Amino acid sequence: MHPVEELEQAYQAARRDATFQAELDRLLRDFAGRPTPLFHARRLTEHLGGAQIYLKREDLLHTGAHKINNCLGQGLLAQRMGKTRLVAETGAGQHGVATATVAALLDLECVVYMGEEDMARQAPNVFRMRLLGAEVVPVSSGSKTLKDAINEGMRDWVTNVQNTHYLMGSVLGPHPYPMMVRDFQRVTGQESRRQILELVGRLPDYLFACVGGGSNSIGLFYDFIPDSEVKMVGVEAGGRGLNLGEHAARFAGGRPGVLHGTYTYVLQTEDGLIASTHSISAGLDYPAIGPEHAALYRQGRVEYTHVSDEEALEGARVLSQMEGIIPALEPAHALAEVLKRAPKMGREQIIVVNLSGRGDKDLGIFQSVGRL
Amino acid sequence: MPTVSTYRIEARFRELHERQAKGLIVYLTAGDPTLEATGELLVALERAGVDVIELGVPFSDPLADGPVIQRASERALRAGATLGRILASFPRWRETTRTPIILFSYYNPILQYGLEKFARDAARAGVDGALAVDLSPEEAAPYVSALRALNLDTVFLAAPTSTDARLERVAKLSTGFLYLISRTGVTGEQSEISSSVQPLIERAKRFTSLPLAVGFGISTPAQVREVQALAHAAVVGSAVVHAIEEHYARKGAAGIEQFVRWLKEGTGSKPV
Repeated sequence: MHPVEELEQAYQAARRDATFQAELDRLLRDFAGRPTPLFHARRLTEHLGGAQIYLKREDLLHTGAHKINNCLGQGLLAQRMGKTRLVAETGAGQHGVATATVAALLDLECVVYMGEEDMARQAPNVFRMRLLGAEVVPVSSGSKTLKDAINEGMRDWVTNVQNTHYLMGSVLGPHPYPMMVRDFQRVTGQESRRQILELVGRLPDYLFACVGGGSNSIGLFYDFIPDSEVKMVGVEAGGRGLNLGEHAARFAGGRPGVLHGTYTYVLQTEDGLIASTHSISAGLDYPAIGPEHAALYRQGRVEYTHVSDEEALEGARVLSQMEGIIPALEPAHALAEVLKRAPKMGREQIIVVNLSGRGDKDLGIFQSVGRL
Repeated sequence: MPTVSTYRIEARFRELHERQAKGLIVYLTAGDPTLEATGELLVALERAGVDVIELGVPFSDPLADGPVIQRASERALRAGATLGRILASFPRWRETTRTPIILFSYYNPILQYGLEKFARDAARAGVDGALAVDLSPEEAAPYVSALRALNLDTVFLAAPTSTDARLERVAKLSTGFLYLISRTGVTGEQSEISSSVQPLIERAKRFTSLPLAVGFGISTPAQVREVQALAHAAVVGSAVVHAIEEHYARKGAAGIEQFVRWLKEGTGSKPV
């Protein structure tokens, strides 16, 4: 694949270029709304009666999730490479919306591939993308979800590579994507580290984040990796149960394999066919995990666990009613794990949770579940 | 000792060279529509005079393929055509076909099967080589050494966008022939052969003396001949798979034989 070589060279040049960085910093601040607050969730902390819980408010970013951090970075890079067209995949639609937003901002054409099943369950985001001027292409192959959207996006990219940049939304795909997307998401951890030191004068005991492809989690974790006293927990989608096809917990049910040019933990059959997955959260519904997470898992640096659809819904309900913040179903997985662990921790301990997106897009799902 | 491959591909290209002829390589997906059909279709391709067969291993996520081969892959998976079952059927197919055959697969099924076990079972079954379409040359060393150990050919792809450095790497890793993609993108029939083919062929010749096969988008006798004028062989994939999809049920393997004969000989109108 020649396109990845071209991308790698362009990215290496851009990251050393002070004007590129300055423009990215300007857009992150003035357009996306960085820095985002680190909010002490006092009522939730009181309610659980254990560790102090701090929420990193990525949900307050423009477009409603952390995805904009990466899209601004890659959008500027595409422009610098002379590309006039962005293609992207989207699961929950947050990455698609962020890509469509950046395309509008930078005057680039935009095509977003989205599985038919995801289009149905995230309909408001489909409309948002179209309003922003993007073309949303339904993907009806395979499981009609995120992995199939990536297949179509990559097919488009290799066909139209002369004028097109593939704007991968997570720390997935062939090199340099996992590294590049992580670099663009690191800002979450850099800010969190500085903010918690300002607020309480020490590093947190625990970080929690949900893990789909793994971009919001690696964004929070990365700058804390050298701080061995900070424990980290990645929360995968446990779906309806741990039979193959019912969940997206790659470390619980997967084994090393290759998908979309990445060697990592993959949910697959005995014969090496990629398994379908299920999660109530479209953004976590993917059979492979970013390769850097696979490395952190093997090193034991990050603990990975999973919570069920039901537990995630409960996490969303509790946060909504305790703090007045409706989270997306993706970070609701991380919150669900916090609900289990915080009560067992001491009141002097500190937890930071990456609240990676807001729940507007999930209102239809909350409604259809019909429970408050 | 397992049986080792006898370099049928090299022999076939040598023979073509001696006859001053050009080759025709045909792709079909194993198990499309059934594994039994594949046995008949291989015989039909041989009778039609195909020089090398690329036998596709169906995959759940065929991201290098266009819609025609995606659908074939889905049909084959529904028919239960896993890599294990393809290798188990292969010795039977080999009894009725002498044509060189390479397996054309995505990398994960081979990796999960086990590289050494794959090489051993493929060689024993009478497979002549393999092409792992999504395996990058940078990461191919263990695969290449496992296959070479059993004299299986390792075919790799190069595209018009490949740099000279990449062409050189791909040429070094390839045996049997080098597969040049006539354009960027995914597999599928095209109305015109891309103008980027000739420069790619000229560049490839600087790095290898292997036979050069050109594919992606070739679907008519005129295009076959156009490519054969430039390279050692033309590869036809989606057009044949499309013919299988449309006509196998009604006309059987004989209908596909007739179609491939038309592609090869280019006389008369399209038979099916």
